[in-house]
Amino acid sequence: MTKHSEEITLMKGNEAVAHAAVRCGCDGYFGYPITPQSEILETLMEIEPWKTTGMVVLQAESEVASINMVYGGAGCGKKVMTTSSSPGVSLMQEGVSYMAGAELPGVIVNVMRGGPGLGTIQPSQADYFQAVKGGGHGDYRMPVLAPASVQEMADFTVLAFDLAFKYLTPTMILADGIIGQMMEKVILPPFRPRRTEDEIREQCPWATLGKTPERDPNYISSLELRSEEMEKINLRLQARYREIEKHEVRYEEIQCDDAEYIFVAFGTMARVCQKAVELARAEGIKAGLLRPVTLFPYPTQRVSVLAQTVKGFLSVEMSAGQMVEDVRLAVSGTVPVEFYGRMGGIVPSPSEVLNALKTKFL
Amino acid sequence: MAKFKGAIVVNTERCKGCDLCVVACPTETLALSNDANSKGYNFSFMEKEENCTGCAACAHVCPDACITVYRIKI
Amino acid sequence: MSSIQDIVDPANLVYEKTTVMNDTPMHYCPGCSHGVVHKILGEIIQEMGIQEKTIGVAPVGCAVFAYKYLDIDWQQAAHGRAPAVATAIKRLLPDRYVFTYQGDGDLAAIGTAETIHACSRGENIAIIYINNGIYGMTGGQMAPTTLPGMKSTTSPNGRDQQLEGHALDMSKLLVQLDGVCYVTRQSVHTVGAVRKTKKAIRKALENSMLNKGTSIVEVVSTCNSGWRMSPADSNTWMEENMFPVYGLGDLKDI
Repeated sequence: MTKHSEEITLMKGNEAVAHAAVRCGCDGYFGYPITPQSEILETLMEIEPWKTTGMVVLQAESEVASINMVYGGAGCGKKVMTTSSSPGVSLMQEGVSYMAGAELPGVIVNVMRGGPGLGTIQPSQADYFQAVKGGGHGDYRMPVLAPASVQEMADFTVLAFDLAFKYLTPTMILADGIIGQMMEKVILPPFRPRRTEDEIREQCPWATLGKTPERDPNYISSLELRSEEMEKINLRLQARYREIEKHEVRYEEIQCDDAEYIFVAFGTMARVCQKAVELARAEGIKAGLLRPVTLFPYPTQRVSVLAQTVKGFLSVEMSAGQMVEDVRLAVSGTVPVEFYGRMGGIVPSPSEVLNALKTKFL
Repeated sequence: MAKFKGAIVVNTERCKGCDLCVVACPTETLALSNDANSKGYNFSFMEKEENCTGCAACAHVCPDACITVYRIKI
Repeated sequence: MSSIQDIVDPANLVYEKTTVMNDTPMHYCPGCSHGVVHKILGEIIQEMGIQEKTIGVAPVGCAVFAYKYLDIDWQQAAHGRAPAVATAIKRLLPDRYVFTYQGDGDLAAIGTAETIHACSRGENIAIIYINNGIYGMTGGQMAPTTLPGMKSTTSPNGRDQQLEGHALDMSKLLVQLDGVCYVTRQSVHTVGAVRKTKKAIRKALENSMLNKGTSIVEVVSTCNSGWRMSPADSNTWMEENMFPVYGLGDLKDI
């Protein structure tokens, strides 16, 4: 309703995350600087949301501390988040697993850079496995959103919190250095007030806000030494993941209706492939693009339906080939699935991608 | 000087027979029983109940909060 | 002469288990110091009337199940991360009493960074630090706090300082941080010691509402199972061996 929220602004993807967090009623941000996402923390420190919405912003001593601060805040039913880039997200895996085990909602943004190890600060998509298959220990999954624009960086910040609280799970936004760093126009989400403690008590009866006389003590834990009980917890989690798979699959299709060959790509690579589709079409090649927006849950069903009509898929990634495994699982051998990717922070160009398509299929 | 007489009640099922109350008792009132509770612990009891002054030393050092203390002025 | 039956009457009650502690039997070994500190905590929470406003953060280690025994809200943190977890809770809920309850393996080894930085930031939390010089939960392995020459399952011939380093005195280290307002080292082996520890923990909790910074109460404790001694002998051994290294008293109080 406010005109302000409809205003189009120009900003980096990282900045959009910061602004969207404040606007969606985020209670706390805990983070540690790392390229290429430090602008998120910097922006928050600049706009000082503790003076307006009351949101807490804290620079932690490490990513390990950051994610455990998120654990603590989430345990109180608060909307809390952290952001980092690949090496830092590796450090957070312990905390993410604990959050999954304790069924805590929270948002983690990974603005991916090239690895392994300290790697490079240039963009990459090589943390797909880590994000999608459960990077920490134990049987867990979490919703993973893959933004392909600054607008989606803002929108998915809001969506990630909604999913996190709907399914009581850590939720990841898996971006890359390009999405984080590039500037685009964005319409920021409208302001939502932070929830009051009464609202939290009502919506999150498990939250540790202090034991009131009407209820038993709440405790947040992922520990259960009795095997039968621990299996029950696992079964409950698995049932929830099946629900997520059933209800939360998101994807975008570009010119797939008559396509003979389909690029499958997410994030930055989806943008490159969108251009490659144009180039292909100009040459008379019937190409299309399937862009998974959720990487977990994966649009498996859609891929398998498309497999009935196309001649092949080309998974294009800034990695050695990770998502391609999920495409192959979905296609299940009915048509060829090929892969093209670059590593080390190199972003393939549209013509490079088109050439790959030609080489592999034509 | 006021004198006190006390008595304790031990939650014998909760007691683990650690002996710390026996050691802490300044009047040598307590001892571990020859009987054991369902977990096999020889629980604490007032062996010389006439000695007890209700000082609660035993209760304060008890790690399992098994001891309730009563005291009267005599 | 009054009979026992006459004395045992609610009117004559001088001490009973705090109602903040429930009836769940504690899993600790017989004579374990943890039980005493839990009990003290429950008593303080009851006396201060802050059950509704207190949130505890339990560690990994023997006290991992603390939430089963004290009827307050708890979060169980990953190993060593309790100060980070507590930091967020306190910052998001500044009118709550937030404390961590950590052993020496948790606080002085794997969680050293979280501990030092929470203290350096001056988080308004109370840290209750149980130091028994050993990893109890995992079966008596050497901790950073293990005394020179002290035997453990991973220093079976006694801790060799040349090989395994020195006993880490966390309280002495934390005293130096500007964010810290109160550091005290106490014990619970005698009635007097229990009373002093109770006073110290109460003060630490009170400090957490005064925006003074972090309070640390180290409780030099026994681990009779890990030490392979009886509870009574452990207390004597602690006095003779632990106290000379980890001396009792206030290290900082501002």
